[in-house]
Amino acid sequence: MPGKTKVLKKPARTLADQSYLLEVMKGLGTTLKHFFQGTGQMVSGNVPDAVKYPLAEGIATISYPEEKRPYAERWRGVHRLTHRDDGSPRCVACLCCSTACPAQCIYIKPGEYPEGDKRRGYERYPVEFVIDELRCIFCGFCVEACPCDAIRMDTGTHMTAFDEKSAFIYDKDKLMSIVSQHGTQKSENPRHEPGEASHPGIDRLRGGH
Amino acid sequence: MLFWISTTLKVLVAIGFLAQVAAILLWVERKQSAMMQNRIGPNRATIKIGRFEIRAAGLVHSIADGIKMVWKADWEPTGGDHLLYRLAPIIAIVPALCLCAVIPFGPTVFIDHARDLYDPAWAADAATAARSVPLQIANLDVGVLFVFAVAGAGVIGAALAGWSSDNKFSLMGGLRAASQMVSYEVAMGISLVGAMMIFQTVRLDEMVTWQMQHCWGIFVQPVAFVLFCTAAIAETKRVPFDTPEGESELVAGYFTEYAGLKMAMFASGEFVEVCVSSALITTIFLGGWQFPFVQLTGFEFHYFGINISWHWAHFIVVAVSFLSFCLKCVFLIFMQLQVRWTLPRFRYDQIMKLGWRMLLPAALLNVLVTGTVLLFLNSPSAH
Ligand code: SF4
Ligand code: SF4
Repeated sequence: MPGKTKVLKKPARTLADQSYLLEVMKGLGTTLKHFFQGTGQMVSGNVPDAVKYPLAEGIATISYPEEKRPYAERWRGVHRLTHRDDGSPRCVACLCCSTACPAQCIYIKPGEYPEGDKRRGYERYPVEFVIDELRCIFCGFCVEACPCDAIRMDTGTHMTAFDEKSAFIYDKDKLMSIVSQHGTQKSENPRHEPGEASHPGIDRLRGGH
Repeated sequence: MLFWISTTLKVLVAIGFLAQVAAILLWVERKQSAMMQNRIGPNRATIKIGRFEIRAAGLVHSIADGIKMVWKADWEPTGGDHLLYRLAPIIAIVPALCLCAVIPFGPTVFIDHARDLYDPAWAADAATAARSVPLQIANLDVGVLFVFAVAGAGVIGAALAGWSSDNKFSLMGGLRAASQMVSYEVAMGISLVGAMMIFQTVRLDEMVTWQMQHCWGIFVQPVAFVLFCTAAIAETKRVPFDTPEGESELVAGYFTEYAGLKMAMFASGEFVEVCVSSALITTIFLGGWQFPFVQLTGFEFHYFGINISWHWAHFIVVAVSFLSFCLKCVFLIFMQLQVRWTLPRFRYDQIMKLGWRMLLPAALLNVLVTGTVLLFLNSPSAH
């Protein structure tokens, strides 16, 4: 089947366009309109709230540190480590996140719980948990990879500029001190501790499958 | 004695004003462009005195800029011509400052008769005339010709800056500046010939008087007005005619190698040019210091069978005239800045084409038409 041909007409230039002067006047009219609109808004203090109404007519500047455009709920901010009920990290040091991390910026040193601890044998805990936020590309793979909902990026804050590189290395304490955009250090998903009735009781040694 | 005192005062006021003009226009330009582009514009620079913070709607930024310019490293290219390199910014700014000398910014002030009604006999009376102050620094016989001669010298600054910087970008910018300014000088000069023919003078104060007695130059020479405005904007080397600076291809053109206060002289030279060219356009086409329907005796309206005469004291007329001159200049400066932020830049060849193929023939045609009409009106058979 022969393809259809659509001939695009070149926009014709009228004499008015060609003489340029008329177009200059039109352009000046547009810019003058904006000038008087903007000046009127500034003088009367009637500036539209650019955060709430980004498409409103007139001045659209957001005075950044004082006014902020809210981030989307799922926007990926700096990481935080979620807490258990007793305040320890939910992280079980499975290394899934550091394995998934394309920037290889997560360092975890896993540790075993001491003999007699109910959690020994079920899981480990991170002795050290370090993220180099300067290398991080904020892809969120670590959050996707984590089986325990232990690492999240729902903080709603972005990295601040520090004047030395070491300030960008976030250690375990720092990561655990960061709260989510709703102010919690926990996660919405319930956590079942070993020994609780709701805990499935499956571990590496006693796994049924 | 009075002459020397008044002239010194006028020079000091004019230079003092033009020296500030760059700082103020910098602010105007930033704020005006911000308003046009739906932005707020600069407003962060702050002077803190105790608990008080002065931001003055961004005016403090001009002060901050000045301070920054002073403290910048005064770097100079190692190659090139050092003497010319240092001379160039001076040559660029001085002609623009000189131009304001011939522009009349008000009628002649008769000191002895401040509260009286104007009488033409004052000027004829030697004693009164000796105690009169023309509101114009130098009343030259060559008037407009002086303007062209001095404005033409401005190009030397730009060309020398480009030449002495030992930089290819600068050289290109200098060449472009030279050719552009020379081209537009031609159209600019010829566009005024029609006006000179009608006013029958080249003296700027007489031009204003003619316009006061008849009508504003823009109504008898509308084509020349457009041509002159275009050429004047081209002379200031600002957008849309800013190829000599051409950020996108020449870094900063002829002043690429300049830093600190030398750079500031080029930048403020541009603003002074904007200011002076507005004053010139006002004087030649917008009736100078004349306020509509205000004669030297006061408000006079004698058209359409309506006769209103409202006599004012001499000093009120002078004040109104001076204010009207300032208002017209402010309006024209505003429009020039508006044009600068509205129009996209011309390509270099387009600038040349516009200058030689459009403005120059149009200016010549304007001279021809004006001459023909004048000849017809003044021929004995028409009377
Ligand atoms: S967001 Fe991506 S790059 Fe950053 S730590 Fe997580 S996996 Fe690594
Ligand atoms: S944060 Fe999650 S994925 Fe990373 S080691 Fe801890 S439990 Fe595993």
